[in-house]
Amino acid sequence: MAYWPQKPPLPETPEQLRARIPGWGVDLDPRDRPAVPQEVFDPEGYGAHWEFPERQPERYGPRERSIEHAFLTPVFGTSAPLHGVSGRIRRFAYDRFSEGRNEHWLLLIAADRVDTFENLLAAAVRGRPDDPVTETGVRAELTHHGVRSRRGRVDVRHQWLDPLVVAGPWAAAGAGIAAGAVAVLRRATRTR
Amino acid sequence: MRAMVYRGPYRIRVEDKDLPRIEHPNDAIVRVTLAAICGSDLHLYHGLMPDTRVGTTFGHEFIGVVESVGSSVRSLKPGDRVMVPFNISCGSCFYCARGMLANCHNVNPNATAVGGIYGYSHTTGGYDGGQAEYVRVPFADVGPTLVPDWMHDEDAVLLTDATATGYFGAQLGDVREGDVVVVFGAGPVGLVAARSAWLLGAGRVIVVDHLDYRLEKAREFAQAETVNFAEHDDVVVHLKRITDHLGADVAIDCVGAEADGSFLQHVAGAKLKLQGGSPIALNWAIDAVRKGATISVMGAYGPVPNAVKFGDAMNKGLTLRMNQCPVKRQWPRLFEHVRNGHLRPRDLVTHRIPLEDVAEGYHLFSSKLDGCIKPLIVPTAA
Repeated sequence: MAYWPQKPPLPETPEQLRARIPGWGVDLDPRDRPAVPQEVFDPEGYGAHWEFPERQPERYGPRERSIEHAFLTPVFGTSAPLHGVSGRIRRFAYDRFSEGRNEHWLLLIAADRVDTFENLLAAAVRGRPDDPVTETGVRAELTHHGVRSRRGRVDVRHQWLDPLVVAGPWAAAGAGIAAGAVAVLRRATRTR
Repeated sequence: MRAMVYRGPYRIRVEDKDLPRIEHPNDAIVRVTLAAICGSDLHLYHGLMPDTRVGTTFGHEFIGVVESVGSSVRSLKPGDRVMVPFNISCGSCFYCARGMLANCHNVNPNATAVGGIYGYSHTTGGYDGGQAEYVRVPFADVGPTLVPDWMHDEDAVLLTDATATGYFGAQLGDVREGDVVVVFGAGPVGLVAARSAWLLGAGRVIVVDHLDYRLEKAREFAQAETVNFAEHDDVVVHLKRITDHLGADVAIDCVGAEADGSFLQHVAGAKLKLQGGSPIALNWAIDAVRKGATISVMGAYGPVPNAVKFGDAMNKGLTLRMNQCPVKRQWPRLFEHVRNGHLRPRDLVTHRIPLEDVAEGYHLFSSKLDGCIKPLIVPTAA
């Protein structure tokens, strides 16, 4: 116990542990462990044959970057370039706020939700609309023991919230659009 | 090519996408032969990670065959079988030149606090991932390594993140001979961390989770004692009791942003996104260890602030250690451990899912159905 100087005895001795667990203690020496010490200066040792990498061309328009960077990194991902309203929000978040500001992250999260909505509309227009049944993979509930797997689990207490988390923003957006449409109609009716 | 594509929180589908192209002279294009879904992919899937864009392909655990290489690639050629660390690293920046390959400063324009990761939102650089038939692999001379002939494909794919991260978690815990180690989370990373703690000389290893099937795996795979926190009114008190009221010498958080155990914290952090995840496991770790202990954090959290009990951590004189795992620096030792049987990552695989069924794969992993611990994704062109 913590009230006396000696550490409490362990249930098994090192010999017993070595006999029970294959490999017990093979990496006992803290100095002989991978990536120890954390920093080993060896600029040629990690595969690079350059001091500064060649720059990747910006083929998809000006690439957004954190204002904490001195310049655009020489290599970057090219997935899903900025577009639409979500792209404008993201560009603003990157151009205006550093990573240290909550505004930066909250704007990016807001843009994610706008992006989802934009793509929902775009997919419908392109003739490949989103299908919440197949895209949520909910079929696995039938094929992989959805009910039996959840029996007695504590996370069931909040899993019922998942559909609300998914559907909530859509319901709110729908209600907003409906309220806006009603207001416009009322105004048009009054004008007549 | 066929690729998994994010459509919004909890929604993904498989689409035809353009083949990735060589964007930089040190790029390679890899045909993916096996990929995995990582627990941290679920944070993206649930819409927790800022700047996760519709159209992005997830997947940072994959192996494959080199299809083509850029003009400056020296160490790989088409036809090579490679395993690719989840980190993208230039090999030459301030951090890479010192071996901090998980913290590269030359590959992620979107953030300075985190390096580049395949298929893990624009917050980690905006790279498409490996849950697809083909993937672009930047800095082919730095990251990928040939898969040894003797290595099983499922061991290889699990070495690209989960196994390396689990071992790294135990290593950052600075486990010394006879230490009592508590691992929070019995997912793949937690299970490997528990098994690795023995290799580092732990005297007791205790795994905490609430899923009985995963705790059973912890007893079998990691030969650990287990605690189901749902069976205890206060798991911190229980952990104190079973460690002679001293507390553990080391705790390893292998849960991260979507921890269970407190309805309010889970809903505030993981569902409503009012903080960068729910740090329940981390706070339990802070309370359950002894004074002067070390806590290793392998769980992933979001970039917005979290309600972490730093006051207790300070008062107890704790050392908190954390980082993304520099996978490639772990590999030589881990290859030895896999070869001589001290680690068998493929024992964690529970499901092998065709790429076309990836939406069901995410749902069953996210909802922990059917005893799921580690699902692999098998691309159509594999």
